[in-house]
Amino acid sequence: MSTRTAGIIAYAALFAIGLFGPWLFPAHLSQFSKLWLFMVLALSWDLLGGQTGYNSFGNIMFFGIGMYASAVLQVGLIYPVADYTAAKGGGTEFVFSAQQIYAGLALGVPFGGLVAMLAAVVFGALLLGMRGHYFAIATLGLAVATAELAAGWDYIGAGSGMIAPPLPNDIDGTRLFYYLSFALAMLTIAFLAWLYATRFRLAINAIRDDEDKAEALGHYTVRNKMAAWAISALFTGLAGAIYGNLSRFIDPHDIAFNAEVGVWMILMAILGGMGTLWGPVIGAIVFFISKELFWTYLLGWQRVALGALIVVIVVFFPEGIVGWVKNRWPRLFAPPTEEDSPRQPDNGGEAAHA
Amino acid sequence: MHELQATDRPLLEVKHVTKRFGGVVANHDISLSVERGTIVGLIGPNGSGKTTLFNCIVGHHPIDEGEIWFKGQEISRYRVDHIARMGLVRTFQQTHIFGRMTCIENMLTSLPPARRGLRDLFGHGRRADRARALELLEFVGLYSKRHHQAGSLSFGQQKLLEFAMALMNEPEMLLLDEPTAGINPTLINGLVDRLRRANSEMGITLLVIEHNMRVIMNMAEYIYCLAHGELLASGPPEDIRNDQRVIDAYLGVS
Repeated sequence: MSTRTAGIIAYAALFAIGLFGPWLFPAHLSQFSKLWLFMVLALSWDLLGGQTGYNSFGNIMFFGIGMYASAVLQVGLIYPVADYTAAKGGGTEFVFSAQQIYAGLALGVPFGGLVAMLAAVVFGALLLGMRGHYFAIATLGLAVATAELAAGWDYIGAGSGMIAPPLPNDIDGTRLFYYLSFALAMLTIAFLAWLYATRFRLAINAIRDDEDKAEALGHYTVRNKMAAWAISALFTGLAGAIYGNLSRFIDPHDIAFNAEVGVWMILMAILGGMGTLWGPVIGAIVFFISKELFWTYLLGWQRVALGALIVVIVVFFPEGIVGWVKNRWPRLFAPPTEEDSPRQPDNGGEAAHA
Repeated sequence: MHELQATDRPLLEVKHVTKRFGGVVANHDISLSVERGTIVGLIGPNGSGKTTLFNCIVGHHPIDEGEIWFKGQEISRYRVDHIARMGLVRTFQQTHIFGRMTCIENMLTSLPPARRGLRDLFGHGRRADRARALELLEFVGLYSKRHHQAGSLSFGQQKLLEFAMALMNEPEMLLLDEPTAGINPTLINGLVDRLRRANSEMGITLLVIEHNMRVIMNMAEYIYCLAHGELLASGPPEDIRNDQRVIDAYLGVS
């Protein structure tokens, strides 16, 4: 079985489980919605962190930007945003019909993604000239600054946050946002599977392995890094847009620019295996289930348990679950015995020229 | 192979280049020129400024004084990737390869700039590119290693891979930094032959830093010798071999 076939089977299995989710785990639908969105965060973080070798500690800002941008558009289509946020969710005069909700989501969610993407292009122009730790620290600073900006801006509710448009009674929000989250996760996996099959993956892996060499070969390294970060931000922003509606209440520090989630997205990618398509998917599933179990059964100690899990991940799975499997069963990942026509034998560079 | 330029100017001209690092003058008032289609050597003791000069030419170090011209265009202030896309490509003394990719992926990553537009970037690659990559891997004797991770190759093999990658890039001019260093003696003859063929068959102009005097004296038509960051002597190999200053500073008495 080729890795490609295995990938298709895994995708189909995930699709089937997700599709029947409301019947398989009806009591935990909103947790599973979060799992799908966390998967998107891990996958999109890995596009820059794992595949391009640029560790962004600030990708959470795109999550928050997408969340606010979507909410502002969803509300703004119907009511003045400033009046809406000033009422702090207390105003009963702000009602939305089902059509208004659907139209708001259809426009607001993509808008959230696009604004996040635009932010990545602007920030990328400023930051992507830096390398290694400098870039990582700069993104962290930027995320903190963005969060503070959001928490101080009255138009979007400042420190007290913003409420997503309330749903009318005839919409089953839990199920609606579950399917939106699920669809986004499946779209992200499919898109990245396509992207990683193109030459673009080689171009960004080249930056990860040796950026000087990529430049010396004439690669448009800046353009490629920007593209990687912009795509990463797009999906992170889309996830944020849906998450805001799912959680209903958008708080600048606890929900939108939650630093903890900013760390989790990195951990999920590391746990599953950085620089692979399926690593972040597996990492998100394992991480999220462990986290939910800790929060349920170890309440009070849940963060200690999570901290211990993080240490275990870094010490025992430095290359992640996928990397661990690859090392243990390398044959499963043997190079394809493909069409290359047989050539005159050589012995790997040892042959003196005849 | 490459269309003739209207001018008779040399392909590469370095004019009075000076490069300082703080108070240290790594290159002082160096001038040299390389004619299209030739093989030119650059020799000198360790620390004489050869690699620094390479770094200046390809835009890695901004120069403090002087000018660098390539194909009749001043490139002194251009970025590294821009200069590479103009057809001036270098290899590194310490090999630079993409360690976590396979050899064939390394080759496909080294496609010439014309094959790296957006349509190619988001495409799956052409059969002809793959065939060319395999042909060049065969040319340097690494065909059987095509699916190996480049980082797992020996130093000498990485050196050969880097050379193949440079050829894949189809440059007009190659700057090679000690191509035979770390390569076993039986392989050096083969490599020299391949360098010559890259020059004669593919029309690539070569500027080569080399400590192996047998190699460079045989291969180069013209040699520049640096010492203490300055140009000490230049001329055909036989003149350089007998130049008393070069013997004193570098070659020693054999």
